[in-house]
Amino acid sequence: MNFNVDEKGYYGDFGGAFIPEMLYPNVEELRQNYLSITAEPDFKKEFDELLKVYVGRPTPLYFAKRLSEKYKTKIYLKREDLCHTGAHKVNNTIGQILLAQRLGKKRIIAETGAGQHGVATATVCALMGIECIVYMGELDIQRQAPNVARMKMLGAEVRPAQSGSKTLKDATNEAIRDWINNPVDTHYIIGSVVGPHPYPDMVARFQAVISEETKWQLAEAEGRDYPDHVIACVGGGSNAAGLYYHYLNDKRVNIIAVEAAGKGIDSGESAATSALGKEGIIHGSKTLLMQTPDGQITEPYSISAGLDYPGVGPMHAHLFRSQRAKFISIPDQEAMDWGLTLSQMEGIIPAIETAHAFAALDVCKFGPEEIVVFNCSGRGDKDLDTYIDYFKL
Amino acid sequence: MNRIDQKFKEGKKLLSLYFSAGHPNLEDTVPILKQLQASGVDMVEIGLPFSDPLADGPTIQESSTQALRNGMTTEKLFSQLEEIRQEIQIPLILMGYFNPMMQFGIEKFCQRCEEVGIDGLIIPDLPVDIYHEQYQTLFNQHGLYNMFLITPQTSEERIHFIDKVSNGFIYMVSSASVTGAKNTFGSAQTDYFQRIKKMKLNTPTVVGFGISNAETYEAATAHARGAIIGSAFIKFLEHQGVERIPEFIKSIRK
Ligand SMILES: Cc1ncc(COP(=O)(O)O)c(C=O)c1O
Repeated sequence: MNFNVDEKGYYGDFGGAFIPEMLYPNVEELRQNYLSITAEPDFKKEFDELLKVYVGRPTPLYFAKRLSEKYKTKIYLKREDLCHTGAHKVNNTIGQILLAQRLGKKRIIAETGAGQHGVATATVCALMGIECIVYMGELDIQRQAPNVARMKMLGAEVRPAQSGSKTLKDATNEAIRDWINNPVDTHYIIGSVVGPHPYPDMVARFQAVISEETKWQLAEAEGRDYPDHVIACVGGGSNAAGLYYHYLNDKRVNIIAVEAAGKGIDSGESAATSALGKEGIIHGSKTLLMQTPDGQITEPYSISAGLDYPGVGPMHAHLFRSQRAKFISIPDQEAMDWGLTLSQMEGIIPAIETAHAFAALDVCKFGPEEIVVFNCSGRGDKDLDTYIDYFKL
Repeated sequence: MNRIDQKFKEGKKLLSLYFSAGHPNLEDTVPILKQLQASGVDMVEIGLPFSDPLADGPTIQESSTQALRNGMTTEKLFSQLEEIRQEIQIPLILMGYFNPMMQFGIEKFCQRCEEVGIDGLIIPDLPVDIYHEQYQTLFNQHGLYNMFLITPQTSEERIHFIDKVSNGFIYMVSSASVTGAKNTFGSAQTDYFQRIKKMKLNTPTVVGFGISNAETYEAATAHARGAIIGSAFIKFLEHQGVERIPEFIKSIRK
């Protein structure tokens, strides 16, 4: 079985481009050009250079000694939290802004939930001197004030999404509507491996630098370029796609995906799409999504805004259905506790999204000679208020 | 013969109205249809509400959200339409997003459409290519037409493909935009209408998005076989109510 996208834009049963005709020219332009543009030597050179001197890559692959001792296995952390702007999101926005420039686009739009992708987009727009508009749910604007301020400081306009439930999915709808209204001069920088083909594949390719580095870093550290397990949190699934990418078809590597259970899978307040979702269409992609029996998309819940998406990228839906990956879900409380554990055992304060991934250590058993690589997708600065409230710091 | 074809055979310019089923009130569907037919409207698009209507502007979004809050569901709409063909003869089209239809079951959905007497569907997020490969046979089996959208950005080649796959009519989106009322059309729109007219397509064209009054209706039907009014009608329903529908129709077409 193949776990990369096929020529029609599908991962097994999932993916495709279920888009209104108004979006067809935009998405088609992208589909026809993304592979050839990103393969140009000049593109690659600029992308690699920016990742190096601006983002700070390669990010370290860090052997977590104390954690390894405690869990009696070999634990490595891929330090995406050390990327400029504090998370893996910027790998994708660098790639997409370079692509947008080569397509002659003059205006960038993006959606954001917690504000991480919005900040990463505003950052690359500032870097290139391009107009930037970020759609953000009205509720999220209230909940994530520091990131709103960062985007504004970077020169972006933050537009409140006032429709529906006023959160991430509605911000995405608004960004898509903007793109319909501005089909010629605008590029939409989507923030995860979601949306219509070619977005999931394009974003996965930009994030693939994570596993590309992991391979040679592991070879140096352990004498083999593959681990036994790769583990990442999944919201839309971009940091996970990046860590899995070069191991997707390598059966020696076990893939573990961690979703947010929120207040518990059966609580009605959860974001565990693999457990609660059914096949359907969200934001132009056929995938698993949380919905009512009548096919209305429901509002997910997680304490971490970055995992609070009612769908999951089509690659992950396929990994789940084909059982290539094992999916687990972790409730708020355990994730928060892991935020504290990682801080105090390794001196790394993780984003709450990231903290979910580490909770896999309590759920899965790993052997003493096995190598486990975690994607440390982001740092916890943005979450300090939530940590303060939660732990009464 | 499909009622849509019959309607176009009559030869006159068509006026078609769109509303969100379940809005303003849950049980308004049948009263609205009766008023529209009595006022001389030629065809109706009944909107199946969806939580995330990404091709729609604020007016249709809000009516859709309200309809869902009122309790509208796919099953509920079919039950409202159960006896509709005893009173309504004009073509009825269901317009909705693909996800609720998938959850209902596409096959069952088509079957229910046929049972209640729906003539066709407009599904903005089911692209023509996917329809052609996976669903066309099924729709045909149930006597359902499927209408596709084209926009000023749609390439000529693609328009010809859509023309080939289409039956009923081609839905010409007036400008690159989501749904929503406009007061006038500019020269860009008229150029586009004329360009399409010159292509001499086999399928008749109907203009939608941005039609709101007699002026935009006239401008659209000067170049196409008909026009569809959505947002402006929904606003009217909200403010003036179902009883006064004939006044709205008179304000568009004498
Ligand atoms: C640090 C971090 N990790 C993970 C995510 C989840 O996104 P994805 O699943 O696309 O990696 C986010 C989203 O904001 C994030 O900020």
